[in-house]
Amino acid sequence: MKNKVSSLSKKKKFENLDLIVFLGPFLITFFTFTVLPVFISLFISLTNFNMLETPDFVGLANYEKLFLNDETFTLAIQNTFILALITGPVSYIICFGLAWLINEVPAKPRAFLTLLFYAPSLSGGFGFVWQLLFSGDRYGYINGVLLNLGLITDPILFLKDPDYMWPVCIIIVLWQALGTTFLTFIAGLQTVDRSLYEAAAVDGIKNRWQELYFVTLPSMKGQLMFGAILNITGSFGIGGIITSIFGFPTTDYTLHTIMHHLDDYGGIRFEMGYACAIATLLFIISFVANKVIQFILGRIGK
Amino acid sequence: MAERIDDEVQVVYKNPKPLFGIIKRRPKYDENGRLIYYKKKKLFKYNRVNRSFSGDLMMFAFLLIAGAFMAFPLVYAVSQSLKPLHELWLFPPNLIVKNPTFKNYIDLFNIMSNSLVPMSKYLFNTIFITLIGTIFRVISASMCAYPVSKRQFKGKNFIFQIVTLSLMFAAPAATIANYIIMANLGWIDTYYSILIPALGNSTAMYLVKQFIDQFPDSVLEAARIDGAGEFRIFWQILMPSIKPGWITLIVFAVQDFWNMGSSIFIYREELKTLAYALSQIAAAGIARAGVATAVSIVMMLVPVITFVITQSNILETMSTSGMKD
Repeated sequence: MKNKVSSLSKKKKFENLDLIVFLGPFLITFFTFTVLPVFISLFISLTNFNMLETPDFVGLANYEKLFLNDETFTLAIQNTFILALITGPVSYIICFGLAWLINEVPAKPRAFLTLLFYAPSLSGGFGFVWQLLFSGDRYGYINGVLLNLGLITDPILFLKDPDYMWPVCIIIVLWQALGTTFLTFIAGLQTVDRSLYEAAAVDGIKNRWQELYFVTLPSMKGQLMFGAILNITGSFGIGGIITSIFGFPTTDYTLHTIMHHLDDYGGIRFEMGYACAIATLLFIISFVANKVIQFILGRIGK
Repeated sequence: MAERIDDEVQVVYKNPKPLFGIIKRRPKYDENGRLIYYKKKKLFKYNRVNRSFSGDLMMFAFLLIAGAFMAFPLVYAVSQSLKPLHELWLFPPNLIVKNPTFKNYIDLFNIMSNSLVPMSKYLFNTIFITLIGTIFRVISASMCAYPVSKRQFKGKNFIFQIVTLSLMFAAPAATIANYIIMANLGWIDTYYSILIPALGNSTAMYLVKQFIDQFPDSVLEAARIDGAGEFRIFWQILMPSIKPGWITLIVFAVQDFWNMGSSIFIYREELKTLAYALSQIAAAGIARAGVATAVSIVMMLVPVITFVITQSNILETMSTSGMKD
């Protein structure tokens, strides 16, 4: 008996040893290059670090300034929320809807369709096509067409006129939305067990919609959650794509987002303390949004 | 139209279903007064239950139209890169090139062969980073995801929660802090600064874990009872079964590393990447408008090829079917 116990504990020790090999490489690098920087930037957000002088501890002064003395930031928050609330859910639904539809098609056309839909993401640098399309002079394709049809007399400044910038921006963001989330859904749908569908049909599920709600969605909850997190973080972090098409800063700060504000202070003005305070706030926002979505997703198929 | 089947064959639908819900087909009877059974007609000839012909048709049509919209800028860019200079600035512009020429690509090639640091060096750097970075990212993330998903140990939930939290932190926000860390490690201007963090990619770990979660515990348990070690279970049982998961990961990783332009950790010219060099060429403005389009097509080739190869690999693998709990 005693012998058995000791051999068991020996085995346990060995198991722990191989856990170190399994977990070690990831955990060490993850904590060093992902977790530690977050804490460092939390700390910097409490100082007035400017990259040259040694930082002074200023407490919550950065946050105070952010909320009370920075009108551009208020605008940025407003823009970010509107943009995230429109593009976030819409792009998530588009991602899932298309992935689900594509999954219905047999293998070969499916591969082709997946490539078509994923192309915008593969082609990172195609902003110039949009610039050509929406260009503000008569050489812009859309302006050219409208002028030729006689619908307008003067070209529209799509990329500079605040009235048109929002719709144009939303179209472009949605066009590029089929990225990581979409491909994850495609992969997720392929791991759903086929025999579940047959069993469900025997159990009385009649059409593809019921099948979707009762079988498919619950079987790929993991991927749905992953997509949701990425989408939320992504839609609150929109910035780069706007800069690449509309330039920075946008006219009257029409499309100024939190990310732009962060770049402005971190990359141009070198007020690192302030930039880190913005980053922290962005983190809190996407954290809260994620908790809400996780709550909603937890109820699917129940 | 619908195919008549014998009585002993299992009947799918008793009455013919209305097409698009408008045109109702009357039930037909044969000479003995027995109802003729119809087999449900399907657009796609493969076994899926619960699919109607009209639904499949509408869906396929919709997908083709939507796909055309998505692919438009891509097709346009390809056509643009084949246009000779005078056609680039034509008004009204041609959507599809009239006199295709490879001049833009030849120009690009000529500019490349005249650069200060030989282009092959940039190419080598990019291939090196892409290859090693992808391998590091995929293997390390999968190795960590396996115990976190399937084994019991202290701190397992904590690890997963931290990883989930880190996904919510916008990466550019930590750039400054990351620079400080790299500088302290003395990794500025070395590839360590790019390749070592690839080992700890939280997105990758989260993604693989979601796939491993769907894998049935009973199979792992059976393998353990049969005496398979943990590494063997991981390599020979788990990894083949979650192929769609890590193949998706490879697509993302190749795309990330291949398109990596200038990194804030790399300053020496001979360590820079192809994406950086090509973007410098394209940045020369209007005079190189044609070359710039050629650049974006050239940069896209490798991600697209990876995508096609990997996707054709996961199609219909379905390795987990019949193995669920």
